[in-house]
Amino acid sequence: MKRRIASLLSLVVLPCALSMGFGATAVMAAGTKNASSGKTELVVGLSQDLDNSLDPYQITAAGTREVLFNVFEGLVKPDTDGSFVDAVASGHSVSEDGCTYTFTLRDGVKFHNGEAVTSDDVLYSFETCAATATNTAVAGALSDIQDITASDNEITITLPEANSSFLSTVSSVSIIPKDYTDQATAPVGTGPFRFESYSPQDKVVFVRNEDYYGGAPQLEKVICRIYEDANALFTSLDAGTLDMASHLALEQVNSLSNGYEVIEGEMNLVQALYLNNAKAPFDDEKVRQALCYAVDVDSLLELTEDGHGAKLGSSIYPSFTKYFDETLVDAYPYDPEKAAELLEEAGASGLSFTIKVPSNYQPHVDTANVLVEMLAAAGINASIQKVEWSTWLSDVYQGRDFEATVIGFDAAYLSPDALLQRWVSTDSSNMIGYSNEAYDAAIEKAHHAADDEAQVEAYKEAQKILSDTAANVYLQDMADFVVLNPAFTGYEFYPLYAIDFSKIHPAE
Amino acid sequence: MKLVLKKTASLIITLFIVSLLAFLAFQIIPGDPTTKILGTNASPEKVQALRAQLGLDRPVLLRYWDWLVSFLKGDFGTSYNYLRPVGSLLADKLPVTIALTLLSFVMTVVISIPLGILAGRVRSQAADHAGVVLNQVIMAVPPFFFGILSCYLFGIVLKWFQPGNYISLSDSVAGGISYLLLPALSLALPRIAMTVRMLRGSIREELTHNYVYTAQARGMSPGKILIRHVLKNAMIPVVTFLAVSAAEIMTGTIIIEQVFTIPGIGRLLVSSIGNRDFPVVQAIVVLLAAWIMIVNFIADMLNHWMDPRLAGM
Repeated sequence: MKRRIASLLSLVVLPCALSMGFGATAVMAAGTKNASSGKTELVVGLSQDLDNSLDPYQITAAGTREVLFNVFEGLVKPDTDGSFVDAVASGHSVSEDGCTYTFTLRDGVKFHNGEAVTSDDVLYSFETCAATATNTAVAGALSDIQDITASDNEITITLPEANSSFLSTVSSVSIIPKDYTDQATAPVGTGPFRFESYSPQDKVVFVRNEDYYGGAPQLEKVICRIYEDANALFTSLDAGTLDMASHLALEQVNSLSNGYEVIEGEMNLVQALYLNNAKAPFDDEKVRQALCYAVDVDSLLELTEDGHGAKLGSSIYPSFTKYFDETLVDAYPYDPEKAAELLEEAGASGLSFTIKVPSNYQPHVDTANVLVEMLAAAGINASIQKVEWSTWLSDVYQGRDFEATVIGFDAAYLSPDALLQRWVSTDSSNMIGYSNEAYDAAIEKAHHAADDEAQVEAYKEAQKILSDTAANVYLQDMADFVVLNPAFTGYEFYPLYAIDFSKIHPAE
Repeated sequence: MKLVLKKTASLIITLFIVSLLAFLAFQIIPGDPTTKILGTNASPEKVQALRAQLGLDRPVLLRYWDWLVSFLKGDFGTSYNYLRPVGSLLADKLPVTIALTLLSFVMTVVISIPLGILAGRVRSQAADHAGVVLNQVIMAVPPFFFGILSCYLFGIVLKWFQPGNYISLSDSVAGGISYLLLPALSLALPRIAMTVRMLRGSIREELTHNYVYTAQARGMSPGKILIRHVLKNAMIPVVTFLAVSAAEIMTGTIIIEQVFTIPGIGRLLVSSIGNRDFPVVQAIVVLLAAWIMIVNFIADMLNHWMDPRLAGM
């Protein structure tokens, strides 16, 4: 039955792609739709449904995190430039030795259920997050806390040793009301928007938080319509049903006919040809390096995205400005001859392997197709096996039963750990089975660095090791296109998955 | 009465087999619900814990038995992916699909019967040929294609409606129905064409029977002959076909709901298969199977009632 439905679906998808082609021929005057200014209801298209649980500590999908960004806040929260600004706390200070953090609770912050935020709620949030968070890196960082106490409106957190990225952990502990048990279905936080309703596969509605301490947002209501299908979303967008959509592909943006404003940023993903370092043939560093030399990332960008997108050299994307090491981007210049040499040295001439790609992520499938052609030019015979997303998760991600795969990893919170921690040899999400003592030591060093500079240095060292050992063939942070009805303005990109509705407002 | 009992028994047995097969199919396909729920945060320990929590670590047949017992008690279980009772999920989605099916069915009947009678009576060879060709074309085009075409034509070019802007029936019945008009028509078109063809054929055949000449000889007007005598007989196969169409329309919504982004059970079914959300899939499969069989049963009954020759069988 599954196969039958799958084949039926492929029938649907094919003509949808055709209909997209039609879109390009329809000529519309720019901005004719919804040109009336002063609209305060924003309709956003989401290309995937929300996670099963909306509990901030249980969210796994980036698509859920980016909209609930508006509902939940920590004591501090990430800003567009990658720094942390005070949120539920009105101020914070760090002791001289870097071990004690003191946060002052902001006066008059209310939860969406009308109750005032107390220091008890904050303690409860930290405890609950440490005990239940699905994100192992966050839970791990919280378990290191030696002591957390509250007196009046001061919260003091003591760490056994300095950790200069501790604020990023604090930012991922959303402050939630104590003993409220319905977070999974009716989330309550302190953010600029209040969760109103969610109907699976249909829509999720947010209304503005009139009591927001930072001033009520200008938008009254945000309706997110759920599509689960990129083509259906695009048709709706082109017909003017939606005011905004993000994560669009270049070809979609190019065939959009109704004069929406297009804003270009980056996806904040590390897209790479991930290699199973634990299994032949990619347990051999030389073979991995050969692949790096055999891939011409510049022409890959040209072919898949007309040159948009940013090149990567390691597991950090450029929005992490402080940590991103751009010298690694060209560590492996395109050199098919060198690739062939390395393969010969490794005794792996005539290498052939399979790339497993999740079939529902077209950009990754496109990238894989280009890679296969490039590798063929270097005498490497790669083939593509498309798998369903659940199969990818169970076989590739959990089962680690793969040779190579194309996928993008995003950062769940604003710390290099969100991207680098997973390659530590003992980490349970180390999908590629990467095991390098120097790397583990570098990450350890970063965690315990006393000052910021030493920490950045350690993270850069870790990136360098990934690059030197050619852990994966690093490709790009793909271009992210957001389209917005010209009746609205103010969209801003964050260095992680977040759509900040509070910044969007009607255009004058 | 005996027939009703027999049919009911076969309904129950078939539903049992369908549900068992759907259950077993889920054991064969790769992936399990925990992978989708945990996503890239999965670790072997977490998978184990969640499997235990969802009861997936127990033997297959035991799980089937538990499911069956609670299903019979009216408890459809809890969706893994939406963490809410399957019953309440279906209560949300089913009205949409039923409205779509009904609308489409009414369209089929209301449009195809007058057209079929017209096609059966038309004298002009040229008009008849043109009708037959047009009919063939419409019959051959699958509903999803009509759907995509109308999304493009009425949505993007003419802007008469907004694709993807489904208005929930609970917000506005009129708004919801008006959004469903095009999807319903897309589903109905091929079936209208088939019904017209059938009615045309069966009217033309009836018109060659002797009773028609007798009626003519008695001076009855052609219109009266058609309505009183010919149509009564010609409609027998058509009614059966329409009843079966009602079943097909319901299953056809699976695809048309994807094309028009309608939050009905078709979309729920497809995504639940992808999510390995077994309790939801199981409930919908049983529901669809039951619907198909009940409709077929009604078709049988109608046949018996309309055609006295079958009454003794």
